[in-house]
Amino acid sequence: MPELATPAVGTGAPPGRLGEFWRSYAQSRGALIGLALVVLLVLLALFADIVSPHPPNEQYREFTLTPPAWDPGGTSQFLLGTDPVGRDILSRLIHGTRLSLLIGVISVAISLGLGIVLGLVAGFFRGLTETIIMRVMDVMLALPSLLLAIAVVAILGPGLINAMYAIAIVLLPHYVRLTRAAVIAEAGREYVTSSRIAGAGVLRLMFNTILPNCAAPLIVQATLGFSNAILDAAALGFLGLGAQPPTPEWGSMLSSALEFIQRAPWVVTFPGLAILITVLAFNLMGDGLRDALDPRLKR
Amino acid sequence: MLAFLLRRIVLIVPTFIGVTLLAFALIHLIPGDPVENISGERGMDPARRERLLHEFGLDKPLPVQYIEYVGQVLRGNLGTSLTTHEDVSTEFLTLFPATIELAFFALLFSVIVGLPAGIVAAIKRNTVADYAVMGVSLTGYSMPIFWWALLLILFFSVYLGWTPVSGRISVEYDVPATTGFMLIDTLRSGDFGAFRSALSHLILPSIALGTIPLAVIARMTRSSMLEVLREDYVRTARAKGLPRWQVIVVHALRNALIPVITVIGLQVGLLLSGAILTETIFSWPGVGNWLIHGVQSRDYPVVQGGILLIATIVITVNLIVDMLYGVINPRIRHA
Repeated sequence: MPELATPAVGTGAPPGRLGEFWRSYAQSRGALIGLALVVLLVLLALFADIVSPHPPNEQYREFTLTPPAWDPGGTSQFLLGTDPVGRDILSRLIHGTRLSLLIGVISVAISLGLGIVLGLVAGFFRGLTETIIMRVMDVMLALPSLLLAIAVVAILGPGLINAMYAIAIVLLPHYVRLTRAAVIAEAGREYVTSSRIAGAGVLRLMFNTILPNCAAPLIVQATLGFSNAILDAAALGFLGLGAQPPTPEWGSMLSSALEFIQRAPWVVTFPGLAILITVLAFNLMGDGLRDALDPRLKR
Repeated sequence: MLAFLLRRIVLIVPTFIGVTLLAFALIHLIPGDPVENISGERGMDPARRERLLHEFGLDKPLPVQYIEYVGQVLRGNLGTSLTTHEDVSTEFLTLFPATIELAFFALLFSVIVGLPAGIVAAIKRNTVADYAVMGVSLTGYSMPIFWWALLLILFFSVYLGWTPVSGRISVEYDVPATTGFMLIDTLRSGDFGAFRSALSHLILPSIALGTIPLAVIARMTRSSMLEVLREDYVRTARAKGLPRWQVIVVHALRNALIPVITVIGLQVGLLLSGAILTETIFSWPGVGNWLIHGVQSRDYPVVQGGILLIATIVITVNLIVDMLYGVINPRIRHA
């Protein structure tokens, strides 16, 4: 944009696409809080070994069920107290951040990747292919998410990795439907036709021409999928079908301390709080992204 | 109208086939075959194994097995539990009233609180009340309900001592289960103490299970109301000089409720799914608790039958909601 009369305020340059997006995103205070929390959680996960005061599985036998530091019976050595076998809860929670984010990243990545491919194929080729793919997705959507996850875990067997696969399968239909709908909406546009006339092959049309224009709803859905993944993984862990002890996964931490809930409420309170804060952060960020990326969806 | 209803019913047939395929696959995808699972760690001599495989029809080709399985399902035969040796569908039907009772009260709680909260938030848009409702509902939506249930128990049962910790009724009452619905059974028995006990056992699980639907309903009501309040007919009603409450209740709310009713109907899946966690925590003797025990004890007929039945119920309820929506809103019907 050459030689435009620059406004008196600001640096003068018109905001780039990124700047424009940021201005729109930063309008919502909730979205900013969500982003700040997510950044903090990512940092905690990355530097878990440095930040946590104790190793996550180290058992301090003389300090079992020590209350949090602010309690008269607590000690500053264990800020959030210890669990029934004397492990530092804060350290386990910090290491649990790593696990929860990993569960989110892996399950969302699997289902997003697979969902995009299936959605592109369904939306691009239509006909029988589309019918088959979409009917299968309908069946998956008809089952309540936790029930489907339990069914998958019942087949694969309990464990952290299988829980991730189960969650990836649960999330899949959303991405397939979104991609397909976006592809169908875009495929008739002129830029697609001109690209086709210019000789673009099927793969190029699918991934280079159409896909980037369907990105916005997928990014939003992926962020919200993150919070679903973390919540479902914690629920599976709690039911004994996800991560197995002594893995410091929040849901299984909670269930393994269940019998001590009356004597030592903190062993149950803090892991749950960690789940709530993390899920809330991703939901806030997802809502903010939706409003910023897709103003039509703004409520 | 009839064509619309028929089309909706025909559309769910493939979904049902898919669900039976999933349930069928469940038994065949697990490591080892059912006979191996019965024999356990000790193993079994090949001749007996052969005979059992034949007895269960497991030596036939898979498509034949599938057709036979669907035939059994359609006749209401879902097999026998490996742990209790009871008929799976009988067990399900015995336990299901407990789950319905819980889910009904959870939904009641979420509607009674969520609907007014959403309306208030929309009318008082961008005020403290609005922010409070939206904040609480976002928190509720993000809540791990198994943890929320534990907090409720800690506060109301352990700390305050107001409500019982778990179960459906105190052990001192022995009420004959005629309907399976504890509130109705206790009322029929005429024992008011038993009725109070059953009611107090329902409170915390209903709140725990109703929290997420509550958040969804409050958010939906708010956005739907905001949309309707912008409509011309609302402005007209106001211009006519109608009292404010009449504009809100008669003109706005009635139209705003259409999408909300759909959302309420769609909570059934969420409620049954949440019931699995809630029932586990409150030792509520319903189908969710039963299903989790089935998974944990590798009781595959129970898992298979439970998933099939719950999925069938969810699909059927969604279909009914869908059809009701078509009845309320003609634009959907003719789309």
